[in-house]
Amino acid sequence: MNNFLLLPIIIPFFFGMLLMFGQKKIAYQRITTLLGLVISILCAFGLVANVYENGPQIVTLGNWPAPFGITMVSDMVSALLVLTTLILTFFIVWYGFESIKKEREQFFYYPAVMFIIVGVNGAFTTGDIFNLFVFFEVLLMASYLLIVLGGEKAQLRESIKYILVNVISSAFFVITVAFLYSVVGTLNMADISQKITEINQPGILTVIAILFLLVFGMKAAIFPLYFWLPGAYSAPPVPVLALFGALLTKVGVYAITRTYTLFFTQEVAFTHELLLILSILTIVAGCIGALAHFDVKQIIIYNIVIAVGVILFGVAQMNEAGLEGAMFYLIHDMVIKAALFMLIGIVIYVTGTTNLRKMGGLMKTYPALGWFYLIAALGLAGVPPLSGFIGKLLIVQGGFEAGNIWTSVFILASSIVVLLSVMRIFIYAFWGEQGQLATNVEKKKYNRLFFPTMLLVVVSIFYGIGTEWLTPFIKQAANVLMDPSIYIDAVMKGGE
Amino acid sequence: MKTNDVIMQFTAKIVFFIIFFYAVHIFFAGHYTPGGGFVGGLVTASAIVLLIIAFDLKTVQSILPINYIYLVACGLIISLGTAAFSMFVDKPFFTHFFDYFNLPILGKTSLHTAALFDLGVYLVVVGVTMTIIQTIGEDE
Repeated sequence: MNNFLLLPIIIPFFFGMLLMFGQKKIAYQRITTLLGLVISILCAFGLVANVYENGPQIVTLGNWPAPFGITMVSDMVSALLVLTTLILTFFIVWYGFESIKKEREQFFYYPAVMFIIVGVNGAFTTGDIFNLFVFFEVLLMASYLLIVLGGEKAQLRESIKYILVNVISSAFFVITVAFLYSVVGTLNMADISQKITEINQPGILTVIAILFLLVFGMKAAIFPLYFWLPGAYSAPPVPVLALFGALLTKVGVYAITRTYTLFFTQEVAFTHELLLILSILTIVAGCIGALAHFDVKQIIIYNIVIAVGVILFGVAQMNEAGLEGAMFYLIHDMVIKAALFMLIGIVIYVTGTTNLRKMGGLMKTYPALGWFYLIAALGLAGVPPLSGFIGKLLIVQGGFEAGNIWTSVFILASSIVVLLSVMRIFIYAFWGEQGQLATNVEKKKYNRLFFPTMLLVVVSIFYGIGTEWLTPFIKQAANVLMDPSIYIDAVMKGGE
Repeated sequence: MKTNDVIMQFTAKIVFFIIFFYAVHIFFAGHYTPGGGFVGGLVTASAIVLLIIAFDLKTVQSILPINYIYLVACGLIISLGTAAFSMFVDKPFFTHFFDYFNLPILGKTSLHTAALFDLGVYLVVVGVTMTIIQTIGEDE
């Protein structure tokens, strides 16, 4: 039976439950978390191999036929994202051993991490629009805990804003699903897609498409709806920030990609044009923020916004190169954002400040940190042998093929701003006169923080070098996005 | 002034059992009539809250020495276990099974694994509600 695709969701869920016992025993918590993640990663590798060999994997819960039960669909898009999520969580949890404080570890930090990846993996895998909502809530509930855990003043302030924004967008999500249900009368995503094609997407469905963009755009932080992100993400400690920055907005991006490639493919001239304009504006807003700040956290946080814009620009092209580029760039961006936040966390630890103006001369004392930061920064900007190159290349190629010449040139130009914003951190923090240094830096703790970070940067380097090996996987993912009939056929036959 | 709430406490002792058995009734009736794990759990929690109001938090903790967080975890494990059981017999996740049994006193009864799933829901609801009330109540 192909229940196998559920394992990357069920295993973290099960281990999350186990972690609710033995709340005060830190050793038990850490070992159980790592064990759960390692088993899930192995299953996710198996899943990717399986999907690669046999095409999309389907299981309809409870043995009901396809449009009536909840279908879980693991095509290449979701299998790759699930694998990336689990690997990143593994490194972030490992990194967190040294930087999450003991009180947090004793108060359900690890269960929250496990439940957040249950939500993320579930959202990537589900084939039912209401189930997507439920998994969104699972990951949001866990993220509410993580953002407020510790109870510092900034955390309390920002968590109120974060919860308020997400409650409103969740309410919009329910309303939108209600509208969609009243038009098409089904919740299964493959079935919705079929029904929309049959009735040829009348005006009301275009309205629903825009409402979905509003809902998922709020989660993914696209242009007019990104206002909550810079404040909310600067509050929690660095490992939590890395987890949020790498995973949460990407779930929104995935949901936009899924709905705009599977459901709303008839009125492309309006919906995808709007998506294109919004993605450009998102990049502009992100670039302004990334250049304006002298706070290392804020610079990287605004780079999340830029990356969301770039990926959605690729999605808006609706041609093979654009979607392939978007997939490449999505996975690259998850990895590199986690790595950058972890590096920034170390910089903050050794200098004891987030203000760039107070830093300086770290290259003399921490050369390895400097070089790895440089590699990660160049990877983010998309310098050829590194990971960000191929994705952006394909996105721009897709843009040219679709005839969006000037906007594609704009994407290329935005890379310079990205490079400038991260190189500014490099120049200010690592070059020049010796700046502020924290007094209580322990070499042992520094090494333990640095090791997982280094490995993650190495992973991102391999992602760049190994493009050749990854291309068939990404091509398959882009094919599913290009041609919804693959997805629909798989789901409708999978119920047998 | 020390208030004497003997009537309150005496009534609470009796009413607690009425509410509790009503909750059990709702829980088991859920398959054929309105009810089920969620309402059953809430009604059970309200019975315990009645005890907390009539007596106080410390007394109730000493008569019901339950760690409600563990109760939530157990409920989750029961629900997941019921759903995952079908994976081991080569059926899709969440497939339920039922059959008719001749029980000693009740006679012919249909037993359904959905009731086990509901038991998990019931425990989670009781656990979560009581955790919320206890932590707010203990807060100085």
